[in-house]
Amino acid sequence: MTTGVLALQGGFGAHLAALGAAGVEVRTAAELGQVDALVLPGGESTVQARLIERGGLRQALEQFVRSGKPVLATCAGLILCARYGWLDVSVQRNAYGRQVDSFEAMDDSGTRRLVFIRAPRIERVGGGVEVLATLKGEPVLVRQRNVTGACFHPELGSP
Amino acid sequence: MSDVTKRGLAEMLRGGVIMDVVNAEQARIAEDAGACAVMALERVPAQIRVEGGVARASDPEMIRSIQEAVSIPVMAKCRIGHFIEARILEALEVDFIDESEVLTPADDAFHIEKRGFKVPFVCGCKDLGEALRRIGEGASLLRTKGEAGTGNVVEAVKHLRALRTELRRVQQLSPEERMSDAKRLGAPYELLCAVAETGRLPVPNFAAGGIATPADAALCMALGAEAVFVGSGIFLSEDPARRARAVVEATTWWKDPAKLAAVSTGLKGPMRGLELSKLERTERFAERGW
Repeated sequence: MTTGVLALQGGFGAHLAALGAAGVEVRTAAELGQVDALVLPGGESTVQARLIERGGLRQALEQFVRSGKPVLATCAGLILCARYGWLDVSVQRNAYGRQVDSFEAMDDSGTRRLVFIRAPRIERVGGGVEVLATLKGEPVLVRQRNVTGACFHPELGSP
Repeated sequence: MSDVTKRGLAEMLRGGVIMDVVNAEQARIAEDAGACAVMALERVPAQIRVEGGVARASDPEMIRSIQEAVSIPVMAKCRIGHFIEARILEALEVDFIDESEVLTPADDAFHIEKRGFKVPFVCGCKDLGEALRRIGEGASLLRTKGEAGTGNVVEAVKHLRALRTELRRVQQLSPEERMSDAKRLGAPYELLCAVAETGRLPVPNFAAGGIATPADAALCMALGAEAVFVGSGIFLSEDPARRARAVVEATTWWKDPAKLAAVSTGLKGPMRGLELSKLERTERFAERGW
């Protein structure tokens, strides 16, 4: 199984490092056609959205998400999923503030150490959306059908 | 603030373009073009070069106006060694501080001890020893020094190549050779060992200094840069908005020559640029710092 990482702009490098030989960069619709699963990485969501439009990738991404193949969206990727209706959530961009407000914290279950960088906040969760992890009672990891979205960065491990 | 969140923001800027802007209007043009961050400063490097005088950190009011104008990260520069300017930038909550040779150095012996700051730092380097010294001081991101304000990419290319060659070379060292190599490079021994094991720097490295065209940006990406800074090259060109957008697209699709041809078409004039043999050694920003 090959996992593509959308490599238009953002934190695709850390995802690819974690995936090793199973990961490939995706910058075109043709490359997207070759993968079985997709990571939408962090980065600047406004930049990624512009590049998706300019690269003519919107339609291909839409089809990929609707095909039911697994999609993991982190941070900016989550924002794109909310914007394009791939996850039924409402998200506030940069909700915790600027970089000085970036932080690490244990989730409410006390099992995962989470890294938040200029992170978004999930402000509303739709009916079909399952909440998989919370921080101070707020959802930070959600899933709807084949799409999993995280406010944090699972690819950036603590040393 | 931990290395994870500081280096993490550097990771999130990869594949992007960070543009120098001198006011809120330019910042908005940069953001609309797809810049992943902006660098707020009062004069772009080419202006500093022409006008001379001491170049210092920017007026907080100007930095705030840019922070209010855009939602992408805002960086700002302080002088090498000027840890008070850095504290002021931290108080303004800029997202990254560039301890930059483009400004006039405040300390001719020491760079800033960067670990004690909540805000991450980016620093310039010309080779592996300098890169590892800056990481040793706490830099979360590196960039080539290139030769800022010239519109001439030759020095950035030289520094990217030097890093690549050195990274390849240290991987070949046997363990007993590493200490003397660290001594020769002036690099922290533990960092040199880590690089020798992994073959890569522990923080991202971006290109900067002299990038003026989409092709320049793609060249730097092809030589291993993970993103690019464009200083004077955008807003001293004839059509900044269009050029900015073209450089953004070239940085993403750098592997696709047909795409590069398309974005390079009809861009109007680039910044004029300087032939580097015309520069005296004392006029070279890259010679600043150590």
